[in-house]
Amino acid sequence: MAETVEKIKLLKSSPDLSAATYQIHDESHTIGNSLRWMIMKNPKVEFCGYSVPHPSENVINIRIQMYDNASSVDALIDALSQLDKVCEAVEDSYLASLREGKFERWEERY
Amino acid sequence: MPAQTFDSRRLVGVHAERVSDVSSRDFPGHYPGEDHSWNLQKFKKNLKVKIQRLSKHSVDFDIVGVDASIANAFRRIMIAEVPTVCIEQVYVWNNTTVIVDEILSHRIGLVPLNIDPSLLSMKADIADTATDRDTVVFKIDLTCERNPKAPKGSTNPDELYINHELLSSHIKWDPVGEQEDIFAGQRPGPTNGNIVLAKLRPGQSVSMELHAVKGVGKDHAKFSPVATASYRLLPHIKITQPIPPQHAEKFQKCFSPGVIKIDPRTQEVSVDEEKVRNDTVSREVLRHPEFADKVELSRVRDYFLFNVESESAYAPERILLESIKVMREKLAVIKVAAEALRAKSTAVDNDVMMEDA
Repeated sequence: MAETVEKIKLLKSSPDLSAATYQIHDESHTIGNSLRWMIMKNPKVEFCGYSVPHPSENVINIRIQMYDNASSVDALIDALSQLDKVCEAVEDSYLASLREGKFERWEERY
Repeated sequence: MPAQTFDSRRLVGVHAERVSDVSSRDFPGHYPGEDHSWNLQKFKKNLKVKIQRLSKHSVDFDIVGVDASIANAFRRIMIAEVPTVCIEQVYVWNNTTVIVDEILSHRIGLVPLNIDPSLLSMKADIADTATDRDTVVFKIDLTCERNPKAPKGSTNPDELYINHELLSSHIKWDPVGEQEDIFAGQRPGPTNGNIVLAKLRPGQSVSMELHAVKGVGKDHAKFSPVATASYRLLPHIKITQPIPPQHAEKFQKCFSPGVIKIDPRTQEVSVDEEKVRNDTVSREVLRHPEFADKVELSRVRDYFLFNVESESAYAPERILLESIKVMREKLAVIKVAAEALRAKSTAVDNDVMMEDA
């Protein structure tokens, strides 16, 4: 088997990591776009963007630039926890609707 | 039901030849003096998830109050990353049918199986040795023969031959190890037994061993648990000026059936808020000069109407939950890696400081 690759690789960055590009292995637009959106919800973030550099390479690049030399890793980690909370909220809400059972039930015909 | 009103910022305008306000702008710093930073309480207050319709194979549900990137993540995961079990390896001992081995193997691979994916673990590498924890074995043994009791002069293959069709129901489970207990609830097999895989004539036979493994749709579409998983935005119709009674019926016909109501007494035209979701937003109404300035068409940017059709062992209502599970696992893995990166970078900083001192 091939040697294990790092999940996140640091590409170009400033020494204090207030501006950095992270390469996330084995991810796509699915995580890229939602993570970019959540990072941009952080007021300390000056800029955030993501790209899939090439369709045959299974990686995404996320660029984060912060105001006031704040840490971009912190912004990344915060966004990941917040996205998890979003998933949890949607899951809870969906399960509540499922349990409530107030929806139409129907039979398909073939 | 009172007319539903939406903040104009939530609407994506649909005009005769263009769309407007497509992107969301709810980011900190976009609107001066307004706070758009992330707020979980506010998000939970605005979030609405409601199942609308459920059947044995499909589910319709609304997710309101999330960004398109989140809704799209769920959709993408449902299609490509929720695991299912499919036949991946075919060992052909004998195949004398007119369908060549590789085509028949491919057709067998596409057959949906009823195996609950949570009962199996995913093989780390497809070349690894198969175990009873990660592989389900099936067998096919079929020989076509002439039917000795066939009525004279018959031309119907059903009467003339025995086993002249290889069907998905001929895929027989061959339990290995502990599988007899693990799959006690439901015997593994195809969800539909009537799929014709090959046609045979007397003397032809098929003998195969099939290995089913767990996989994801991004590797091969046969692993996708859904037939379709899609969303659209809720249509919104605003009548800005009253429609003259003589044009009421013509106006109604510009929209999908049931979307526009006409008061039988006053001929007053209004939008049925329950049925407005059925509208296709065809923009037909904007082609008529007498209506063009009397109506505004739009869609609600954060109001997602999902439709998911299951074509796998998952009940349709389970697929969104599985996709959320996959998403949370992905986030957790990235978070661990990000935290390791942070620990490494702060450790380097400390070393540098010590050298300075």
